[in-house]
Amino acid sequence: MKLRRSMLYVPGNAPAMLRDAHIYSPDSVMFDLEDSVSPREKDAARHLVFQALKHYDYAGVERIVRINGLDTPYGLEDIAAVVCGGVDAVRLPKTDGPEDILAVEQAVAAAERRFGRPTGSVKLIAAIESARGILAVRDIAVASPRLIAIAIGAEDFVTDMHTSRSPDGVELLTARSMLVMAARAAGIMAIDTVFSSVDDEEGFQREVRLAKQLGFDGKSVIHPSQIAMVHAIYAPTTEEVAKARRVIAAAADAEAKGSGVIALDGKMIDKPIVERAMRVLALAGEVDA
Amino acid sequence: MNTNSIGRELPGSVPGYDSIIGFEGPTTRRRADAKLYASLDKALDAVGVRNGMTISFHHHFREGDRVVNMVIEALARRGVRDLVLAPSSLTTIHAPLIERIKGGTIRTIRTSGLRGPLADAISAGLMDEPVLIHSHGGRARAIDAGEITVDIAFLGVPSCDERGNANGSSGASAFGSIGYAMVDARNAKKVVLLTEELVPYPLTPASIRQDQVDAIVKVDSVGDPAGIGKGATRMTRDPRELLIAQTAARAIAAAGIVQDGFSMQTGSGGASLAVVRFLRELMLARGVKASFALGGITSQLVRLLEEGLVGTLLDVQSFDLDAARSIAANPGHREIDASYYANPGRKGCAVDALDVVILSAMEVDLDLNVNVITGSDGIIRGASGGHCDTAAGAGLTVVVEPLLRGRIPTMMDRVTTIITPGESVDLLVTDRGIAVNPLRPELRDTLLRAGLPVRETAELKRLAESYTGVPRPIEFDDRIVALVEYRDGTIIDTIRRPKGLAR
Repeated sequence: MKLRRSMLYVPGNAPAMLRDAHIYSPDSVMFDLEDSVSPREKDAARHLVFQALKHYDYAGVERIVRINGLDTPYGLEDIAAVVCGGVDAVRLPKTDGPEDILAVEQAVAAAERRFGRPTGSVKLIAAIESARGILAVRDIAVASPRLIAIAIGAEDFVTDMHTSRSPDGVELLTARSMLVMAARAAGIMAIDTVFSSVDDEEGFQREVRLAKQLGFDGKSVIHPSQIAMVHAIYAPTTEEVAKARRVIAAAADAEAKGSGVIALDGKMIDKPIVERAMRVLALAGEVDA
Repeated sequence: MNTNSIGRELPGSVPGYDSIIGFEGPTTRRRADAKLYASLDKALDAVGVRNGMTISFHHHFREGDRVVNMVIEALARRGVRDLVLAPSSLTTIHAPLIERIKGGTIRTIRTSGLRGPLADAISAGLMDEPVLIHSHGGRARAIDAGEITVDIAFLGVPSCDERGNANGSSGASAFGSIGYAMVDARNAKKVVLLTEELVPYPLTPASIRQDQVDAIVKVDSVGDPAGIGKGATRMTRDPRELLIAQTAARAIAAAGIVQDGFSMQTGSGGASLAVVRFLRELMLARGVKASFALGGITSQLVRLLEEGLVGTLLDVQSFDLDAARSIAANPGHREIDASYYANPGRKGCAVDALDVVILSAMEVDLDLNVNVITGSDGIIRGASGGHCDTAAGAGLTVVVEPLLRGRIPTMMDRVTTIITPGESVDLLVTDRGIAVNPLRPELRDTLLRAGLPVRETAELKRLAESYTGVPRPIEFDDRIVALVEYRDGTIIDTIRRPKGLAR
């Protein structure tokens, strides 16, 4: 089971950071061609990210690139470069409706054909950053089989909502809840927004705990120091791990006996419980993520 | 029979006492201000200067030092020539010495470190006689053994009393431990104190003592506080340095070091200093305390002392003003001299009692030899310090460095200059994995079992070069600009002039 507890943002025009992002052990690295790159640097950043994808060994860490929207002069070229470079997933910003996903999907599919990559090998992540996007989130979440996760981008969202971010995040509660529910309904992942005060470790941890409790699978992070904090909060307790081990053992036992019914302590265990146990063990680092 | 000055009759000899010298009158009380001179020149007249003598200084004022330049200028004005300059170290601020070398005032230099314009000029062949680079322990040994005979030690102090009792921790220019200078004060033929303040007798504790001091000169300023040290050494926020430090701490813990009563030292540099933070977390989690921390002492180590997590700080050099304040205030924070610290020629020294030392490096090679003196251009820009002393003494020697600095690999076939031999390095911790000395296969197994990322040195080198390409080797000509002495007085390497730098 692939974990996406932490997605580390890396500006696409920072060569040393592109080279090293994975050494801090995030679940995914996310090279940014969009907001952290000024228009003057767009070409250089695209080229750098292309070369990094093509030549650097990220030791198995998932590589995502946030592209510029297709409504900008850069979006199509971004897609071609990163698909050619071998990206694992494309993250599109400012998704307002399923039509945005479909447009990117078409461009990605075309790039896959052009560069000889298997159709469907490039996955998509959609970031929702507006009220319109949140209201369309049910349709967005099921817009493409390539879609593996949806994410909320809070800064643009609160601006759109004529409000600002607060420590307890009340202004985001509805949007977060709607997004995570749409993700669950569609069977994909939900990724929480960045927390930009790098020095406020307490505030960051509070926000991660909130997101985890709401059901989010992980968080976008902007600094390597945030990665360990996210992983610590998502780590299951010793009791949870012990129970999960017993569930998995019971499932293996049932399979060995050729029995379709899994039993533990005299109770029947459903498939979802086995899945949750797998997830617990993945979070505990006991099975391959 | 003889008669003494009071009229008592004395025999010429008695059994067991061959020659009896008669009393001639009481020694007179030495005036309190007998050692005080109104100017440096008057003190120089009093102690006597001559061509070719060896003079010494300490480097506790670091980049703020005003003493070396001041004294050399005074000696140059008097036309003194061919001096052997033997300070504990030299820094960027000593660039004016270039002119005094050209003019013949200084003939040769023995030091732990060289930086800045002076180092550049020496690398380019400024001196006819090569500089001798030695370690802090090696210097203490050489002075102690008489290999370096210091004719006059010029020791700057923030304050002293008028009879010559001094320390480094009282006064406006306080820097904490004066450990390097204590060896000079004990061994030099003449000791001249340059002080910023005179305080009433007795100044205590006396690190430098009245029975060692010949002359005292009050000067306006011995050092620039801004250059002497920061208030507190800030913990690095560089994620790469923190990653390296955390990996190093995990390796140290896996090696079984973090137990009640262990001892440690951290060298300068962001990653090695940051290891203290992670060791502290481990100590708190395991409920263990360290017996002592040694060496350059920082605010982080002072915090451990004040939290009761370490019993004693043995301080040969205070790295920041927090440490300087602490040495004056905390009973458990003790000043030690360079000989106690690291002298290999005596009957014992503190580095031999270390369980673990964490050291920085500029370059490391496939055999784990370490360079901390010459840069990637072959030019001198560092200091030997206590690197080879602590590496030899500690039970576990951990070298930390990023695999790449800018676009230059730090891992190479052969380091430019060897300061510490690879035989005394146990672990190299980088941001891309840990290399273990092949002499320690059991340690390698232990780290692997603990899930730590162990790699071969050759693998690390290949990885570094996969990003940068293979760097072109630096070319040197035949001119030897410095000899590198190992702590026992043998020569471990030479430093040549990079090609194209000949003037």
